[in-house]
Amino acid sequence: MSIFYLVWSYLKAKLIHTVLNIFLLSLGVAVITLIILSTHQLQERIESNAKGIDLVVGAKGSPLQLILCSIFHIDFPTGNINLVEAEKLAGHRLVKSAIPLALGDSYSNFRIVGTTLLYPQLYKAELLSGEWWNADLEVVIGSTVATTTQLKVGDTFESAHGLTKDGHAHEESRYVVRGIMKSSGTVIDNLILTNIQSVWSVHNSEEKKIDLSLSLESKLIKGYTITDSTQEITSLLVKYKNPIAAIQLPRMINTQTKFQAASPAFETTRLFSLLGSGIDALMGLAYLLVFISSISIFIALYNSLKERKYDLAIMRSMGASRFKLVQTIMLEGVTLTAVGASLGILIGHLLVYLFIQSIGQETGLTASAFYLEEVYVLIGGITLGLLCSAIPASQAYKTDIHKVLAGN
Amino acid sequence: MISVQNLTYRYSQANDSKEIRFPDFSLQAGQHCLLLGESGCGKTTLLHLIGGLLRSQKGNIKISDIDMTILPNWQLDRFRGSKMGYIFQRNHLLTSLTVKQNLLAAPFFAGKKEEEGRAEELLSELGLSDKSNSKIAALSYGQAQRVSIARALMNKPALLIADEPTSALDDKNCERVINLLLKMANQSWATLLVATHDQRLKDRFDKQIELKST
Repeated sequence: MSIFYLVWSYLKAKLIHTVLNIFLLSLGVAVITLIILSTHQLQERIESNAKGIDLVVGAKGSPLQLILCSIFHIDFPTGNINLVEAEKLAGHRLVKSAIPLALGDSYSNFRIVGTTLLYPQLYKAELLSGEWWNADLEVVIGSTVATTTQLKVGDTFESAHGLTKDGHAHEESRYVVRGIMKSSGTVIDNLILTNIQSVWSVHNSEEKKIDLSLSLESKLIKGYTITDSTQEITSLLVKYKNPIAAIQLPRMINTQTKFQAASPAFETTRLFSLLGSGIDALMGLAYLLVFISSISIFIALYNSLKERKYDLAIMRSMGASRFKLVQTIMLEGVTLTAVGASLGILIGHLLVYLFIQSIGQETGLTASAFYLEEVYVLIGGITLGLLCSAIPASQAYKTDIHKVLAGN
Repeated sequence: MISVQNLTYRYSQANDSKEIRFPDFSLQAGQHCLLLGESGCGKTTLLHLIGGLLRSQKGNIKISDIDMTILPNWQLDRFRGSKMGYIFQRNHLLTSLTVKQNLLAAPFFAGKKEEEGRAEELLSELGLSDKSNSKIAALSYGQAQRVSIARALMNKPALLIADEPTSALDDKNCERVINLLLKMANQSWATLLVATHDQRLKDRFDKQIELKST
């Protein structure tokens, strides 16, 4: 016999109520856990993807779209920017480095990104096999691309025009896989990287307009001499030279050039505030569930007190102190909420796991990560149990055993 | 063993409320006593005062030379748990537990060592060995009463207090229960104090105290 056994025997005696109360609370906690896991991981993912990028420069349009397209590779480009103009910007005194991106084609839903080797370096990408590209039409693929498409080093494929599957195929030129990158947990796992010239060569089937007066050594693309003043890229990923750049550069670009500059930090904050209202609504629902379940637990404890007044009285007659009765009732409440909260956290993780399984590909989410907030949820659950049982416990404390036993 | 002196109890704090004056009495260790009186004359009140289930009385109650009226609540709870065994008129048992667990609850709440052997011994003594793991709901009235008696005896109390143990029973069972109570009390050298209005018990006790309704 112990106080835990006693409490367990009471909970077991009302198994249906117990299960229902625990389940109700665990549902609310599961939703809270789900929100904690997804917002945390989304934020981590966004931060790791935007790391080292201070500013994205692209064609005028929606700044959020430019960020989504150039950093997260989920939206469409806002348009193209002129390479010669971009070169001028790259040479600006406030720019430490600039990585060019040329988008437009894809292979089975994975984007082909024309860029320089600075881009994989930005994400500290390493090769799993093969080597980096060093000629046109050579690609290095991300780990998710490799597992999904089963492409191996030396395989060739033809790209599809556009960023979706139904674009027409570029049958005339085939890419060859030169290397496969290790999984990095960032967006490049889902990308096919090549040099910018490859993207141009696939598209410019017509003869290049060579401007003889132009012969510019490219700063952006090492070892490339620009001879065509109409050549375009999609965007530039810029890193500032110093903090002053954060103040001057975006305004300068937005007012004095045909480009727009978008700050990843600012735009992702804006994105989160847009998502925020949805998350708040869901969180509200979760709190409502938790609230209803605590009322239900309170009522269960309070009602059981009536049925248990004789039990409480004979416990006293056997030598139990008033405080022992208080302990028993409170432990019962806390057991319900602690089990409910723990189960809810597990269900939350299970939901994330099922979500990952149903998506069937790399989402960057993981069900096995635990966060500090979940400890707070557990502590909150235990506190809730104490609150729910406070009034029933004080009633038990005040029980007049003489009256109960004398039957009046 | 017990001595009660100048004991009065007032049911509420109002001045015009009924005050009960209990007769003085004292009992030796192992001496059994019958507390007789009509319903409502204060028998249960006296039993509860003796066990400290009810307080705010005037007068003295001494048990084993300890003045119960001045003990602080927590000491009183301990004292009650280790020195007294209560058998109530209605056989209140902890329904969520089994028979044996009900017996073990007595040393648990009294803060004593739980002796399973003692529980099994008592159950077999009272012919309940086969009911050891039964639920309380599965017991008959007679069985439940015997479990109550066994539970009251678990901590080897010096004082066994029974409140109307026979009033709901027919003659045959009344005889059986009072024999059992006397036998068990004698076995463990306990003082048996029985409160009842049941006249059938009169000739079984030498010492009798009559409470008068006021």
